[in-house]
Amino acid sequence: MSGPATPGLDDLAPIDPSRRAGAARTLLRSPSVVIGAVVLAIIALIGLAAPLLNTIDPAEISPANRNKGPGYEATIRQDDGSKKEFVYRMGSDSLGRDIYSRVVYGARVSLLIGVTVAAVSVAIGLVIGLLAGYFRLLDGVIMRVMDGVMAIPAILLALSLVSLLSAGLKTVIIAIAITEIPRVVRLVRSVVLSVREEPYVEAAISVGTPTLLLLVRHVVPNTVAPLIVQTTYIAAHAILIEAVLSFLGVGMPAETPTWGNIIAEGRALFRMFPHNILFPGLFLALTVLAVNMLGDGLRDALDPRMRKRV
Amino acid sequence: MLNYILKRLLATIPVVLVVAVFVFSMLRLSSADPAAIIAGDNANAQQIAEIRGKLGLDQPIVTQFAVWTGRALSGNFGESFFFKKQVSELIVDRLEPTLSLALCTIVISVLIAVPLGVLAAYRSGTWLDRIVMGFSTLGFSVPVFVIGYVLMLVFAIELSWVPVQGYQRLGEGFWGWLQRILLPSAALSVIYCALIARITRSSVQEVLGEDYIRTARAKGLRNRVVLLRHALSNAAVPIVTVIGLGIALLIGGVVVTESVFSIPGLGRLTVDAVLARDYPTVQALVLLFSLVSVLINLLVDLSYTLFDPRIRY
Repeated sequence: MSGPATPGLDDLAPIDPSRRAGAARTLLRSPSVVIGAVVLAIIALIGLAAPLLNTIDPAEISPANRNKGPGYEATIRQDDGSKKEFVYRMGSDSLGRDIYSRVVYGARVSLLIGVTVAAVSVAIGLVIGLLAGYFRLLDGVIMRVMDGVMAIPAILLALSLVSLLSAGLKTVIIAIAITEIPRVVRLVRSVVLSVREEPYVEAAISVGTPTLLLLVRHVVPNTVAPLIVQTTYIAAHAILIEAVLSFLGVGMPAETPTWGNIIAEGRALFRMFPHNILFPGLFLALTVLAVNMLGDGLRDALDPRMRKRV
Repeated sequence: MLNYILKRLLATIPVVLVVAVFVFSMLRLSSADPAAIIAGDNANAQQIAEIRGKLGLDQPIVTQFAVWTGRALSGNFGESFFFKKQVSELIVDRLEPTLSLALCTIVISVLIAVPLGVLAAYRSGTWLDRIVMGFSTLGFSVPVFVIGYVLMLVFAIELSWVPVQGYQRLGEGFWGWLQRILLPSAALSVIYCALIARITRSSVQEVLGEDYIRTARAKGLRNRVVLLRHALSNAAVPIVTVIGLGIALLIGGVVVTESVFSIPGLGRLTVDAVLARDYPTVQALVLLFSLVSVLINLLVDLSYTLFDPRIRY
């Protein structure tokens, strides 16, 4: 159904270049977006450039240098056999691993999990949400299942899912994504339900636009702005839940340098060596704060109506 | 009204059913064979088969689900793999610390967050508002175990005001109980405060723009009366809703906080059970926590009419 029968359909799609530029300017003017993005970029850079930041192997155990305070100096043997003076900037843990190196490498795991969980749950949630919103028959069943999943407190759901599968990155990502998907589904479904009533969608239906094309061209673009906001919140949430799971000892394998694991390892000797918990805790809080600020700023800029709600 | 209550009750049935199916299938999805776990390492195939028969594991899955649901409804979740005790007994033993922690947290959060939210709304746009909102964003971002350890370091280790860890039953003395429950509740209340303060602010802010607030002011009522009697009471519905919605957050926080402060409650039990792959206990706890969350939200929904007489179903 193209050609003369649908002359103006493309123009009806709600994309207006001048409005877009406006949104970009609003974003740059929002201090919360700028600060959040800058802090996040710095943490991402730290994670990416971890090997260059004067770190040593974060999993390297060194019995002679166990439980040292920040600033402790020692001679360590490098991979090539040569020796060098090394400063344990944030001290060492009870296995003699360098906390600073573990914290720096931990940024990789946290950000990887935040990004992956957000991408996976938005992708799956978008498809399920479109199905639920567009096909009335599926709606009831899908939404009841989603309500049921949401009734289980997120950390408990993630905990019990992790206990069912074998420990590791994939398990952690799947477990956290399952807790986040229902929220995406709800959001997408509510957008679809409101868009369905719009005249341009009715017009598209009346000229016989195939369902898939209709969804992709007219419905999905409307979900983009709220989904971007939701994505940042999911990422923040995922980073927190991964840290909680690792802290409780059921997340990433204990030798993997993640902030949750470093804190879990530091628990036993917390009274004497609080830095084992405070340094990774600070990075964790800073990262989640940056993502949340980015999300708040995006929400205010992309959808001023949502400002009121929370 | 009665119609609405009935409808709302019926709507929770599918939710509970989905939760029950998930919890039931946990054991089937896991690679563990409960019969083999119960029989122990030295059991032979015949003994395991006998136990399978006793547990009803040789029945069709639908029958198993029916039997399991029936037992769960009467509080029978079987014997814990790890603690070798009835799961129901375990839960009753651990109930008090968790209830203490949860209730203290709610009380602290409401006492702190509601006034702060009202103030932030009243002084909207000022530095006070910004500080409250800044703390709220911060509260959402700092994980409860980091807050817990920082509070522990300052108040228990450096200042020695309260014991570092542990729990004392209320029956053994109020003061000892309060000393030990205060720090964990404070740690846990941070995120809850963040949530409640935010909602209170936006909800009161919205109400402050209403005509009747202007009327109340024009009558010459004092600010305090306008804020509390006219604004806060009309802004109550979203606040109460979010306290209910926050229960899920609170339950997750309980699990972590009890681990940080070595409190022998249900949260600690959940973690221990997950670590030991003690599925009957995990199942019972997930089901219990989820039902509590569903029930509280149901009560919150039904309580709307009390807080806002305009709402009639």
